[in-house]
Amino acid sequence: MPRSSERPAAMADFLLAAAGFVLATVALGLVRILRGPNDADRMMAAQLLGTGGIAVLLLLARAMGMPAAVDVALILALLAAFVSAAFVKGVDRSEMDGA
Amino acid sequence: MAFDIGLATLVLGVAAWTIAARDTFAAVIGFVAFGLLLALVWVRVAAPDVALAEAALGSGLTGGLLLSASSRLAHTNGSAVIEKPSAIMRLAAALFCTLMSAALAAIVLLLPEPAPTLAPQAAANLAATGLGNPVTAVLMAYRAIDTLLEVVVLLLALAGTWSLAPDHLWGGLPGRGDPVDRGGVLTFDAQLLVPIGILVGIHIFWVGSVAPGGEFQGATILAAMWILAMMTGLVDAPGVSGRWLRLALVVGPAVFLAYPESHAKLVILTIEVPVTLSIAATLALLVAGPPNRALK
Amino acid sequence: MSFALDVLTILAVLTGSFFFLAGTVGLLRFPDSLSRLHALTKADNLGLGFVILGLLFQAEGLFAALKLVGIWLFALLAGATVAQLIARTARMSGSTM
Repeated sequence: MPRSSERPAAMADFLLAAAGFVLATVALGLVRILRGPNDADRMMAAQLLGTGGIAVLLLLARAMGMPAAVDVALILALLAAFVSAAFVKGVDRSEMDGA
Repeated sequence: MAFDIGLATLVLGVAAWTIAARDTFAAVIGFVAFGLLLALVWVRVAAPDVALAEAALGSGLTGGLLLSASSRLAHTNGSAVIEKPSAIMRLAAALFCTLMSAALAAIVLLLPEPAPTLAPQAAANLAATGLGNPVTAVLMAYRAIDTLLEVVVLLLALAGTWSLAPDHLWGGLPGRGDPVDRGGVLTFDAQLLVPIGILVGIHIFWVGSVAPGGEFQGATILAAMWILAMMTGLVDAPGVSGRWLRLALVVGPAVFLAYPESHAKLVILTIEVPVTLSIAATLALLVAGPPNRALK
Repeated sequence: MSFALDVLTILAVLTGSFFFLAGTVGLLRFPDSLSRLHALTKADNLGLGFVILGLLFQAEGLFAALKLVGIWLFALLAGATVAQLIARTARMSGSTM
């Protein structure tokens, strides 16, 4: 029975392929969002990249054997929330200021 | 390999979109997206410390800074469109950027094999510093003066930001001072996220001595949490001439200047804590902006 | 045992990838901001949940597993609140079209 630290290369390849697939869906979604006619659409970019980016990072962490990438995903989760809140506040503020 | 090609294409595409975006808000969103994707690139080239810094500082905090700048500039959007630079200027800018990129690509591709690096010496002398993470060793031991100068540059930027306040508001409170919306969604979000974020920030800072992380990344998370609390009105921005505030800002560089010769891990940690505090306070106040309300 | 875990991981990650795809299809096809928001936050967060579930089977140690679950909880919290905020902004700017 293989030790848990001897990840077979096939699993690493699969996880890397899954990461690539999720990245591709994020790219497609990004194309649509960034084109979006109004601010509300574009604010979703942070959310899309946040969720998708976390998935890609966690898969990469396993595929590349780099546990630090999990910390990057953690920071991504926090900062995507922060940036989204800032976006919403930013739009609210500029609308309330009559811009 | 296909993954990397796809990622590189995506990064270039988002960068191109950001430059072409027509209004400032959209451009800031593009910039944040670009930063998050760049963090993925750093992970792919096995540089997790830089990825942490990029996601936190380059993307998140700078995004917040640009956003608050863009909402201040929102009323100039009309004139910005009219004042577009001439076609010749833009062509010259494009040419310059292309030449720069070509030069950088040539330098990287023409590096001798193996590329010149000090990494083996840095790793070899790690035991003397008592640290386990070579990146932190470079920042705090081998090139400590560079880190000190970075912190001082941040402080100077803050002084510059504060000097934008009109004279009668000097020493006042930055931000809008919105009252807290007790039932609001954002307030609930902040009330849950801020304590957890503070814990995560301290964890990232603490773990930096043996794993990717460190003061700048940890401080950025702490700063982002403070800004979130200020944005939702959970805490109000401090008056910028407050004594404790000024003390918190300078204690980092001040302790750094008193850096003794020995490199024991305990000494480094004792210096890192005030430095993290100062960086967090400086970054948060940079995003909060110049004072625009008088002290009560 | 580890083979069974690997199979579970593959199944969960494939399900997660499918949900990410569904979310993007929703983003591309839905006619207005609010339904696109719906597709993004619901489907993508579910996809993330499945991916994390799959990676939990491969996690080494309790702390690593707890970290993964913690990340998922953050993402849920952020997704839920951000969806509310963006929806409110969309409604305020009169773009329910």
